[in-house]
Amino acid sequence: MLVEAWMYLAGHPAQFARALGVHVALSVVALSLAAAIAVPAGMYLAHRHGGALAAINAANVGRTLPSLAVLAIAMPLLGTGFLPSLVALTLIALPPVLINTIIGVREIEPDVIDAARGMGMSSREVLRRIELPLAVPVIFAGLRTGAVQVVSGAVLASFIGGGGLGDFITSGIAMMALPLILVGAIPVTLLSIGADALFGALQRHLTPRGLR
Amino acid sequence: MITLKGLTKRFSGEARPAVDLLSLEVAQGETCVLIGPSGCGKTTTMRMVNRMIEPDGGAIEVAGRDVTHADAIELRRSIGYVIQQIGLFPHMTIAENIATVPRLLGWEAPRIAARIDELLELVAMDASAYRDRYPRELSGGQRQRIGVARALAADPPVMLMDEPFGAIDPITRGRLQQEFLRIQRRLRKTIIFVTHDIDEAIRMGDRIAILRAGRLVQYDTPEAILARPADAFVDEFVGSDRVLKRLSLLAAGPYADVGRDLRTTASIAAGASLRDALTLLLVDGAEALAVIDDGGRRVGTLSLEHIRAVIRLHEAERRAPEQTR
Repeated sequence: MLVEAWMYLAGHPAQFARALGVHVALSVVALSLAAAIAVPAGMYLAHRHGGALAAINAANVGRTLPSLAVLAIAMPLLGTGFLPSLVALTLIALPPVLINTIIGVREIEPDVIDAARGMGMSSREVLRRIELPLAVPVIFAGLRTGAVQVVSGAVLASFIGGGGLGDFITSGIAMMALPLILVGAIPVTLLSIGADALFGALQRHLTPRGLR
Repeated sequence: MITLKGLTKRFSGEARPAVDLLSLEVAQGETCVLIGPSGCGKTTTMRMVNRMIEPDGGAIEVAGRDVTHADAIELRRSIGYVIQQIGLFPHMTIAENIATVPRLLGWEAPRIAARIDELLELVAMDASAYRDRYPRELSGGQRQRIGVARALAADPPVMLMDEPFGAIDPITRGRLQQEFLRIQRRLRKTIIFVTHDIDEAIRMGDRIAILRAGRLVQYDTPEAILARPADAFVDEFVGSDRVLKRLSLLAAGPYADVGRDLRTTASIAAGASLRDALTLLLVDGAEALAVIDDGGRRVGTLSLEHIRAVIRLHEAERRAPEQTR
């Protein structure tokens, strides 16, 4: 069966490369967008007492929504194709990044912030020099979770015409062709493991030495 | 150097003001210790000086300048700040921690580097060994030293210290207090020092401000507070061992008896306190102590009887404060 899958792959290199490209593009762009939104939003919300709690609760609810449901909701609102898939995947990646950013900032010892302010750092300086570097390990843990969710969630983009490796899986299921399913499933699994390893390494690398 | 006039702070939802029409002055180069039971407003008062807390009323002058309308960021950079939990930045090296304010002020790198080494030396830490270490690699006492060095980095004329030695074991605390006194004798900063430990207040303060429920109860030298507590509250706060505390403020030298030449089996330095002398007399069982000056000469003798006479004088003074004032 693996041989059959390999043969299919060898026979359709361009098709596979395109699907892989779309899959990776969807994942990378969705995660980047989620980070660009959730990290600043989390930083801001971490400083509002009520806001932080409300955001964490909302994000937790968002987290329990199945990826498929998010994609299903995206279709009637945004139609089909790459863009709706991208929006849906961004929404899937937002909660873990947002929650971890808020927690990362709020877990910093209050004395550290008090000392920073007391020595004359402005709010911006406290954010850039103290809060952001100290929250980095927790933020990257959130990105790691988000990355894995997005890579696996992107399989479902196929259902709303977003393309990606999920196309092999959906057609494989429709045609009852197990090898075809594997052409999609194995690379997705490897991508997930790779994303997890990559962000794990980034997290370790970017954690300030004094915290390691 | 620091003048508080009718300073008032009321936190919302609390019945009485945290600080209530507080006025006091701290002279240049003096250490003013704010002390009192918890909730007396000592920390709130200190934090209003660098505007970490905004007062509701009254004025604060630092070096003749009304700071209540100054730029808070700029003001804080000109005032050293040490807190009990130190708040060292865990992701920065010791050198980077110390460099915080000089960097904010835009000093040149070579000047900052030289200053870091100078300060590490000042707080008795080996610059080459500790410069590039991280806070969590240091002991509590070492971290507190770095906290003090960091606050002194830009050479601020005024320092605010909130229980700086509070979270440290008693032995290390004593040593840090001694070291800080040595540094302060050299640098002559104007300091507001918050503590709840009366022994620390007596040791560190040129003047002690005793606060209760946001009000200033007594503001005087340690000697005067021990000798003439303003009311029953101060008397009780100072503690029943104030006799011993007062002895600890007096050097043995001036009380040495030069007339009678008593037989002595032990000796004490002229700079040591009468309290140390008393301890030695009790522990050693000696009839009298030889008092020795810095040059190693015997300046006289001190017996239990001499110390008792000093205490009797103090007690008489307390009973008739009006005549002695």
